[in-house]
Amino acid sequence: MKAAYLRFAGLVGNTTGFAWRCLRDAFRPPYESKEILKHLDELGAKSLPLVGTTGLMIGLIIAIQSRPVLARFGAEMYVPAMVSISVVRELGPILTALMVTGRVGSGISAELGSMRVTEQIDALEVSGINSFRYLVVTRVIACTLLLPLLTGIVDVLAILGAFVAALTETHVSANLFFHSAVYSLWLRDIIPAILKTVVFGFIIGVIGCRQGYTVTGGTAGVGHASTNAVVTASLLILFTDLVLAKLTVLLWG
Amino acid sequence: MGMIDIRHLQISFDGVPILRDVNLTVEKGRTLVILGTSGTGKSVLLKNIIGLIAADSGSIRIGGEEIIGMDPEDLYKLRRRMGYLFQGAALYDWMSVRGNLEFPLRRRELLDEGEIIARVTEQLRLVGLEDAIDKMPSQLSGGMRKRIGLARALITRPEIMLYDEPTTGLDPITGRDISHLIQHLQEQHTLTSIAVTHDIACARIIADRVAILDKGVICFEGTLDDMSGSTDTFVKRFIAAA
Ligand SMILES: Nc1ncnc2c1ncn2[C@@H]1O[C@H](COP(=O)(O)OP(=O)(O)OP(=O)(O)O)[C@@H](O)[C@H]1O
Ligand SMILES: [Mg+2]
Repeated sequence: MKAAYLRFAGLVGNTTGFAWRCLRDAFRPPYESKEILKHLDELGAKSLPLVGTTGLMIGLIIAIQSRPVLARFGAEMYVPAMVSISVVRELGPILTALMVTGRVGSGISAELGSMRVTEQIDALEVSGINSFRYLVVTRVIACTLLLPLLTGIVDVLAILGAFVAALTETHVSANLFFHSAVYSLWLRDIIPAILKTVVFGFIIGVIGCRQGYTVTGGTAGVGHASTNAVVTASLLILFTDLVLAKLTVLLWG
Repeated sequence: MGMIDIRHLQISFDGVPILRDVNLTVEKGRTLVILGTSGTGKSVLLKNIIGLIAADSGSIRIGGEEIIGMDPEDLYKLRRRMGYLFQGAALYDWMSVRGNLEFPLRRRELLDEGEIIARVTEQLRLVGLEDAIDKMPSQLSGGMRKRIGLARALITRPEIMLYDEPTTGLDPITGRDISHLIQHLQEQHTLTSIAVTHDIACARIIADRVAILDKGVICFEGTLDDMSGSTDTFVKRFIAAA
């Protein structure tokens, strides 16, 4: 039991060290911007279909679920507001982060892991290239930039989805619906949400890269690494979300 | 003092000593071949020399510079004068053969576009794989990968080359051709090299001196002729089996 705690403490320490190294190197030249763009493009394209579907679906579902509930209190006209606020504040960021963890986080760790076991990382190092900067920092930056973008797409699609649901059930005017969805949002709903997606993206990048970059134990190790990356990053994201939610409510309400 | 000087090198993994006390010197422009049974730590030794694995203690000097404990930035600079052929070739699997060969050149930003293309073509011709230029590493056989790995390691015209089993996995004819290529480049560019191999035929072609690694120490060092005359039981067994 004690050994488990020590292992856990060691893990936290290593991961923090890894994250710190990413942060520090991200702001030092050379910036490898070509690599970052390449990853943004690849990872974005990879996640877009999944994330887009998720957005539409949650919009549809919340609208369908919340209409009868709000109707009980005679508050049906609040459906658009309900959807947009819950999606922007919480559902958009968290669902996007969890989906991207499954798609991109696992992919990154498998990719870096196989580079490690086939000595491709050593090959970079040997030709005088700092593999940490070239492989890890670029991916972490790409993930950190990617998450706010994808979340934005999810939010918009979710509101669209809710509108589609509304169309099938009642007669609403698009104008009224979107007006109500957008104007019920305050800046204090949006800004903390964006900041939070940045943190989630960083977590996905750091955990995915760490698991892959430090793989040991050959090909079997690569499989473990990618499963571990998904589990660790998902839990960490949920935990961070809880802390940030409390913090935001304390600060802004 | 040699171009490569290794003194009292020790390394262990998880408390298991792999190299106990390795001492080696390679003079500038010479090739040292390291022989030894599988799993004795030949690859570990090569990786130590280029700083991929940190030694527990000892000294490795390259061109007079101590690399153990060297600042990482200086180590990267030093490595740019070196080439390394990995036992498993270690080709970048996200790039084509062309990409693999161009990559070290582009990173160095010393050559213009035309020179890069010319250099890539030339290297591929040397290893006899001009047709493979647009293939991905996953489409190559083991022996082809090895040769592309060799081309990639040599493309930057290093002063020092470390070869980990350059001919393993090649048929005898290609193996001999590659050995001759190594020998030829050696003379042309006065490379200083260390080559690990099990292939005595290859050693005969490329070696100026040979060293045998056994149980963590160099148990023999000399010319191939010295080796045939050695009275050491392990050396005798090794030659008899080869
Ligand atoms: N990263 C590592 N962690 C733990 N042990 C290692 C590591 N790398 C190598 N070893 C161990 O060191 C020993 C020497 O390995 P090495 O790869 O150098 O052998 P080798 O002499 O190159 O053999 P071969 O001729 O089969 O390539 C082996 O017992 C191996 O298990
Ligand atoms: Mg080896």
